[in-house]
Amino acid sequence: MTRVRALQLVLVGGAVVVLELLCRAGIIDRFTMIPPSEMLLALAHVVGTEPWFWPDVSYTLGNLGAAIALSVAGGFLIGLLVHALPRLRRVLDPIFTSYYAVPTFVLYPLLIVFFGIGPASLIVLGALFGIVAMIVATVTAIDRVPRVLLKVARVSRLGPVRTALLMKLPAASPHLMTGLRLAVAYSVIGVIAGEFILSTEGVGRRVALAYNNFDNQTMYALLVLILGFAIVVNAVLGSLEQALHRRWYRS
Amino acid sequence: MAKATLTLETAAAMPGAACATAEIHLALRGVSHTYPARAAQGPVPALGSLDLEFRRGEFLGVVGPSGCGKSTLLEIIAGLVTPTSGTIEMEGRDITGTVADEIGVVFQEDATFAWLNVWDNVAFGLCRAGTDGAEIARRVDEALAFMGLTGFRGAYPAQLSGGMRQRVCIARTLVLRPRLILLDEPFGALDQQTRLLMGEELLRLWRETGATVMLITHALDEAALLSDRVAVMSARPGRLIDIVTTGWPRERDSTLVADPTFGALTGRLWALLREESKKALGVS
Repeated sequence: MTRVRALQLVLVGGAVVVLELLCRAGIIDRFTMIPPSEMLLALAHVVGTEPWFWPDVSYTLGNLGAAIALSVAGGFLIGLLVHALPRLRRVLDPIFTSYYAVPTFVLYPLLIVFFGIGPASLIVLGALFGIVAMIVATVTAIDRVPRVLLKVARVSRLGPVRTALLMKLPAASPHLMTGLRLAVAYSVIGVIAGEFILSTEGVGRRVALAYNNFDNQTMYALLVLILGFAIVVNAVLGSLEQALHRRWYRS
Repeated sequence: MAKATLTLETAAAMPGAACATAEIHLALRGVSHTYPARAAQGPVPALGSLDLEFRRGEFLGVVGPSGCGKSTLLEIIAGLVTPTSGTIEMEGRDITGTVADEIGVVFQEDATFAWLNVWDNVAFGLCRAGTDGAEIARRVDEALAFMGLTGFRGAYPAQLSGGMRQRVCIARTLVLRPRLILLDEPFGALDQQTRLLMGEELLRLWRETGATVMLITHALDEAALLSDRVAVMSARPGRLIDIVTTGWPRERDSTLVADPTFGALTGRLWALLREESKKALGVS
């Protein structure tokens, strides 16, 4: 473990300990927040006893998987297209730049009109949230593919599809991983927040229900679950990104 | 260490594979190229009208001042660029603007695939061509042995030196058994000693495959040492000034640098290029 990583762990661990002490001492009242140790116990309780837990987790994971697949695959394909068409790129660049300044959730009523209340709206919302990060990362990543590899592709008589899959995708993959991480993070936000606002199922919906019913135990248990999930996914993708960089650029 | 030898059926089957013959392998007729105008720049004439014939099995060097269109010439022959005018005939067939199967290209830049190990890098073209698995294994192993890469078959390019990576690229081209090999300053990024040794390997490859080789280089000594004939190009737009025949025997290596003829040849090339290089640099 590097010194920086150790310091990061000490910082996070210290913050959790401080929070635990503040809650235990009553400085933060239980109505606002329960101690972190109780959050973990509450999570164990929810996992072990609540009949809705696994169905709701499955529902959310299904939506997340579909949203991530759509944003990553769609973002990559659109990125390829945008990169191949410089005029289109010039037109779209300012839109991509300002995309995340637009609160995508305002589109939710429209999504309900088009897709109804259910998984489709949540998946589209999650995908819309993540796709532009993937498009921008793809365009940037392909910019960084050495031109000589594209010449090799032409000499090898690879068509556009095989050039994209066999040359551009692997050559750009270390840089695409940055887009993948962002797309996953944004898709998680989109799906969970979408469930929170208007859904009949899912982990986000359960958080909203618990919040409305002043059920702090369940609410914090689920927040810990979501936080843990996001951290683990990000760590796995980060490790993969580092491994790719090591293999590609080690000298 | 004993070097592996390469069996090249296509070359062996060809008449005159053992040495350069008078048979014309590739012919450029009236080839010129002008890059189209861009926003801040008008059309750029890169290559003047150029006629050049390659004899089957010869080693032809091409030298010229920076920016004279050497690489454009290579890309035109490789089919990556369609010339503005003129035609390219290979073995009597018009290949202008098309990527011909029989042509292999080695570029100056590192063109290894970082995501594949050495073996898979070399097998890439054969896999794409749908060659039988056992045949791929046999030919890749043969090419790796020929280039002295057998011990590195599982290594990734990032673990190799620049010279080794260039050998991987040469092996990747070689395994496809091209009858014409185009090399665009393949040793440009290497130190002088490595260049000399890589040059020897290139000569061995040329002798044993019987392929016709075109070497683009900015190094006059490299061209003088390796080539049967050296085509000398003018400043942009590149035209053919002269073709110098070196007269070296087919069996040759880098010890020729000690031969007085080598110095005279290099001097002659420089004499032809000096004024053109000054033009290219804009100095009088």
